[in-house]
Amino acid sequence: MSSISSSATPRPAVQPVAIPWRELQPWLLFGAVLAIALLYFVGTEQGVFHLIGGSGVHEFVHDGRHLLGFPCH
Amino acid sequence: MLSPRSLLVRGMLVGLAAGVLAFAFAYLVGEGPIDAAIAFEEAHSEAGEPALVSRTIQSTVGLLTATLIYGVALGGIFSMAFAAAYGRIGRLGPRATAALVALAGFVVVALVPFLKYPANPPATGSEDTIGRRTSLYFLMLVIALASLALAVYVGRSQVARFGVWNATIIAAGVFVAVIAVAQVLLPSIEEIPDGFSPILLWNFRLASLGTQVVVWTALGLGLGAVVERSLRREAVLSTQ
Repeated sequence: MSSISSSATPRPAVQPVAIPWRELQPWLLFGAVLAIALLYFVGTEQGVFHLIGGSGVHEFVHDGRHLLGFPCH
Repeated sequence: MLSPRSLLVRGMLVGLAAGVLAFAFAYLVGEGPIDAAIAFEEAHSEAGEPALVSRTIQSTVGLLTATLIYGVALGGIFSMAFAAAYGRIGRLGPRATAALVALAGFVVVALVPFLKYPANPPATGSEDTIGRRTSLYFLMLVIALASLALAVYVGRSQVARFGVWNATIIAAGVFVAVIAVAQVLLPSIEEIPDGFSPILLWNFRLASLGTQVVVWTALGLGLGAVVERSLRREAVLSTQ
């Protein structure tokens, strides 16, 4: 490499390389399922559906549920 | 090259940070209106329900838990959307791609559902209609996601004919048109009780929308910075 590029702040002009769909697919699915499961517990558990009895989860995340815009009581 | 696995991990970590910032904003700006709404509720209901979780817990640990899980979940799914978009939007680098995907995420996931079914403070929703309200809210969200997919598809198909700028305008037009029709056709929900302060309602909704702005800004700028840094490091290592 020339002395100019090695002394200057390294700023490589990288052409962005897309991740192939084939490699991406299982991760997209995994990420989506994980996110939906987490969002379900924050957003709607013990609202319309109950996986856990009582209203402890609902009451605990109550303020977040309202402020994050999920429909609540 | 970027790996989907490392992107997912980084997205969730950035999401954790976004959750912390969202908590700070929601706690400082949103808790006042929530307390005022609960005071209204207590003044207008006959028998107070026994508190299962104290207000102090709800407004601190409970709120923090909610925003952290929300941040991690959104961060994970956002990083996957970034992984799909990176290298496929012209020559945009990681920071610009992340910012653009976050902007789209905010509009589609937060703003559009909010315009039809805005966040409501305590004391403004009936227990009996929670099923209907939840279904309509998620229906609006699904319509917004589908409209985005349609707009991207239409936009990409028109690039060859009209160029990138005009094709993007066409795509945005398709998105706005579909959303407008859906929002006109879907039923509205008006359950705010008489006597509930409109200023309080406005303040609460502003706090809610602001929390979303904080989350999506942190996700977009955070993931972009993290990926940019690792790609530069990689490029420097490979030239040495």
